[in-house]
Amino acid sequence: MADMPAFDYHIDIPGTTIFDGKQAMKGYALNKMCYSFNRAENREAFKADEEAFMEKYGLNDQQKEAIRKRDVLGLIEAGGNIYYLAKFAGIFGLSVQDVGGLQTGMSTDEFKDYLKSQA
Amino acid sequence: MAKILGGITTSHIPAVGNAIQKELYDDPYWKPFFDGYPKIHQWIQDHKPDYVINIYNDHGLGFFLDKMPTFAIGAAHEYRNEDEGWGLPSLDPFPGAPELSWHIIESMVADEFDITSCQELPVDHGFVVPMQLFWPGAPHHPDMPRTVPISANTVQHPIPTLKRALAFGRALRKALLSFPEEDAKIVVLGTGGLSHQLDGQRAGFINKEFDQYCLENIVHNPDELTKITRMELVEKAGAQGTEFLMWMMMRGALGDDVTEITRNYHIPISNTASGTLLLECAA
Repeated sequence: MADMPAFDYHIDIPGTTIFDGKQAMKGYALNKMCYSFNRAENREAFKADEEAFMEKYGLNDQQKEAIRKRDVLGLIEAGGNIYYLAKFAGIFGLSVQDVGGLQTGMSTDEFKDYLKSQA
Repeated sequence: MAKILGGITTSHIPAVGNAIQKELYDDPYWKPFFDGYPKIHQWIQDHKPDYVINIYNDHGLGFFLDKMPTFAIGAAHEYRNEDEGWGLPSLDPFPGAPELSWHIIESMVADEFDITSCQELPVDHGFVVPMQLFWPGAPHHPDMPRTVPISANTVQHPIPTLKRALAFGRALRKALLSFPEEDAKIVVLGTGGLSHQLDGQRAGFINKEFDQYCLENIVHNPDELTKITRMELVEKAGAQGTEFLMWMMMRGALGDDVTEITRNYHIPISNTASGTLLLECAA
């Protein structure tokens, strides 16, 4: 699918991935798995056997590797959408500040200070 | 005929639900946020709306990427709050108003807004946190109005333009005012925002200057804000700050003549610049 600047697409915003049709197609299996984590039984099934659960949802190697490494930026690169990824992070009890820190190379406290600094 | 009393906006950060559950109203972190709501409680108590139109954005509970409606309108007898994946306790169902829902759906489609109707729609924090903020104890607040949820897509681009959001609100106004229930009193919510970004290396981005610009203009000059392109909105409000669309939809429903009753703005709550605004419609 070509970029469509006429439709207000894809200006470069550093550090930001626009979740558009291209990303949505790329990340469909990954996002579908994360969407399933809305249900407690799926969270439990994932915890019991991560590899089998990823296989069931048809994740590709890039997505599986990013899941294994808990690599949030890698998951976004592999087509993950943050709203679904937040459900994956929830399995490990991670807050959005924890996830923010993981993506920006800060500790959670440093990330919280960064938020406050913008007041 | 029905009457639109006014509109109320608020951020709908999930952590707020948790803070309410723990009653952290006077906690130093939370106080500047919760201090924005007593005036709104008073206004609601004074006016006692019969119906609340809750314009929010679903975050992956009611809808998945398999089918992603740009504008969806609930038409259910009740709306269930369900687990969003974090194992938090769910609230009891919110009572719907299907006769008003179908009136809105008929009117919107006649007005050439092609919407998706939903006879089942689980509602997430985007819907329930504002209800809890405005009607403490929701859905069991004694004056809890019956509700119609309206969800706009901000999960996946292309998202609607700000111009379309405002036009949607204006068409919604026509629909509401023509609802044939004598003296029905309606309040419209716009939830989400303000600036924030959860994902990517730019996570944690907040833009006070831009938020203030939006707050200033949305009251008396919302058309000015329709000049902002969607990518400009992502750039200036952050990837999830696009939720400002819901504020524009609400604003459109209020008509030109509004009075600002109260506003609050605070950085940060969770990863977000939180904002709330109450606009009363001219009698």
